[in-house]
Amino acid sequence: MSRLSDHNVVIAKEIIGQYPKQKSALVPLVHLSQEQNGYVTEDAMRHIAELVNVTPAEVLGTASFYEMFKFEPVGKYVINVCTTLSCALLGAGELLHHAEEKLGVKAGGTTADGLITLEPAECQAACTEAPCLQVNYRHKYRVTHDDFDQMIDDLRSGKLDAEIPPHGTLGLQRQHIPHDKGVGAVHPDDVTSGPVWIPVVVAPDNEGASK
Amino acid sequence: MSHPTNSPGAETHDYIAGFYIGDRPKVVTSRFEYEDSHTLERFLATDGYEGLKKCLAMSPQEMHDEVRNSTVLGRGGAGFPAGVKWGFTPEGVWPRYLVVNGDESEPGTYKDRLLMERDPHQLIEGCLIACYAAGLSQCFLYVRGEMAVAQERIATALNDAYAAGYIGKNILGTDFSVDIVLHWGAGAYVVGEETALIESLEGERGMPRLKPPFFPAAVGLYGKPTIVNNVETLANLPFVAIHGSAAYTAIGTPTSPGTRMVAVSGHVKRPGVYEIINGSTTFRDIIYGDEFSQGIRDGNDIKAFVPGGGSAPWFVEDQLDIPFEGKEASAAGSMLGSGAIMVMDSTTDIPAAAYTLTKFYAHESCGKCTPCREGGTWLMRMLERVIAGHGTDADLDQMREVGQTICPGDMPHASSERLGLEAVPFPYKMTTICFVGPSAWAPLHSALTLFPEEFEARVTKVPKRISIPVTALSGADA
Repeated sequence: MSRLSDHNVVIAKEIIGQYPKQKSALVPLVHLSQEQNGYVTEDAMRHIAELVNVTPAEVLGTASFYEMFKFEPVGKYVINVCTTLSCALLGAGELLHHAEEKLGVKAGGTTADGLITLEPAECQAACTEAPCLQVNYRHKYRVTHDDFDQMIDDLRSGKLDAEIPPHGTLGLQRQHIPHDKGVGAVHPDDVTSGPVWIPVVVAPDNEGASK
Repeated sequence: MSHPTNSPGAETHDYIAGFYIGDRPKVVTSRFEYEDSHTLERFLATDGYEGLKKCLAMSPQEMHDEVRNSTVLGRGGAGFPAGVKWGFTPEGVWPRYLVVNGDESEPGTYKDRLLMERDPHQLIEGCLIACYAAGLSQCFLYVRGEMAVAQERIATALNDAYAAGYIGKNILGTDFSVDIVLHWGAGAYVVGEETALIESLEGERGMPRLKPPFFPAAVGLYGKPTIVNNVETLANLPFVAIHGSAAYTAIGTPTSPGTRMVAVSGHVKRPGVYEIINGSTTFRDIIYGDEFSQGIRDGNDIKAFVPGGGSAPWFVEDQLDIPFEGKEASAAGSMLGSGAIMVMDSTTDIPAAAYTLTKFYAHESCGKCTPCREGGTWLMRMLERVIAGHGTDADLDQMREVGQTICPGDMPHASSERLGLEAVPFPYKMTTICFVGPSAWAPLHSALTLFPEEFEARVTKVPKRISIPVTALSGADA
């Protein structure tokens, strides 16, 4: 069930084709599987291993390094509250406590209805907009406790559905290189000469060295 | 704050989600005032891809020289000149790749995400110029996974640029052909280190590679010559291509030409991202100036500030008049890093502030080098204990000892008139492959050195080593 769907296999093959070596597509494909299932399943990792020609253990080995990959089901919405310096200086600790109280879960937990997972997080590159948080990796800036409560109500009522897709969906837009426009990836071993726009003999800087 | 205009897309703003537009030279933020700055239409209406056209009219060598003469310094943290870096590729070894480091995650840093979200085509144009000049045949745009909006904006921009013939086969009818591939990161700070970035791009765990070889320009992606450039560095290139290196070096100072994106966060009245004139603008200008952050909140005094991202040793009031210039910052005991200033006012609990950074680096250690893997977490635990009031003065000594195993010898720090301290200049020595290890120690070391009393007040004084006799020694004096 949780192998990649036929539709996603087509996307997966396109992604693999963009790289000179198949294994480079591993992380993007794990993202794709998480987009499909909400988290990274064992079947999906086996399937990805087949697609990029490595062992399932290698897929897990790589995927387990990265924080965005979840190996257990999480909520439809993952809320990451930044707790690094700039946010901490402006009340991130209090915001995280408030979030825990509002949601009735400790940081790291998921609400009983399975809708929301709360996580403490590290710097999210919105330091001037502290305290900040992300819902499924989409930023909310200068979040007050009231803002947080309102956001939770809106998430529960589905008001933010258009703005925030379910967990796992990384981007609503995907890159697509049209066949007639793309150069195409070449295995590095198959490249023997420089690109055509580079002159074969580069003129040396000092005259003495030139013939 | 928005100005009324005729067409809805052309609405302009002087403040957009963190960025303040000022009346200063603009190299990378010239389109930020437009609501639709991320679209191809706006880009083309405002000199977009003109730099690429000028570049293609030159030979690759001429374009490379132009970048070399402009002395565009790398904006990722190390500050290495981009044109020189490109020259490190060994002759006759093909293919060569461009990897764009868009894994911005240094604490306090918020500029690459803005550049990717607000002007993705400018970055793409920069990539194309780099590929043309340095003979790079494929480009990978590695964008931090947690930046969903940046991913979407770049994906759309790439699709539009491919459709319009700016990327791909025979760009603008020339024999220059290159693919740009958007690559999703998946959440790992250490991947910002260039060799870890390459490992990650090869589908591996994002751990830094053992050096030497020191430069991916010689041995990089798939073992081939690879240029790794930061987003902001590349975003500077269209300006250089259009206006020439002389126009670029006319801004800023000889050692730090052009402009820099600087994020000011923390206890200031107007936190924000500013494009400042490089090299000459002082920290006092940036933190207190009317056109920048306008001083400390609630009329408080400044206690300390981080000058260049979470990894940088801290500065205090004594260093406010130092200009935002690499060599000056080094001499004063820190670095400019990724252009992130974090300001702490007089109400700040210094050990707790240092803790947030030590925790960050302990969390982000990839685990490859022991001093970082064990040391970072150890420092964090000791600091936790001290903050909770359960620490002893032996803990403080132990922290310094652990710090010495990560960074042996003199650790850089700022001078302090209050404490009668002389500055120890940057950089430090290190026992780890990359800078994550030293970064776990640098902020804590600064805090301990510049504010020792705040730690002393938290700990219980006990004899350093307690030895408990297990048995009475025979013949011992009673």
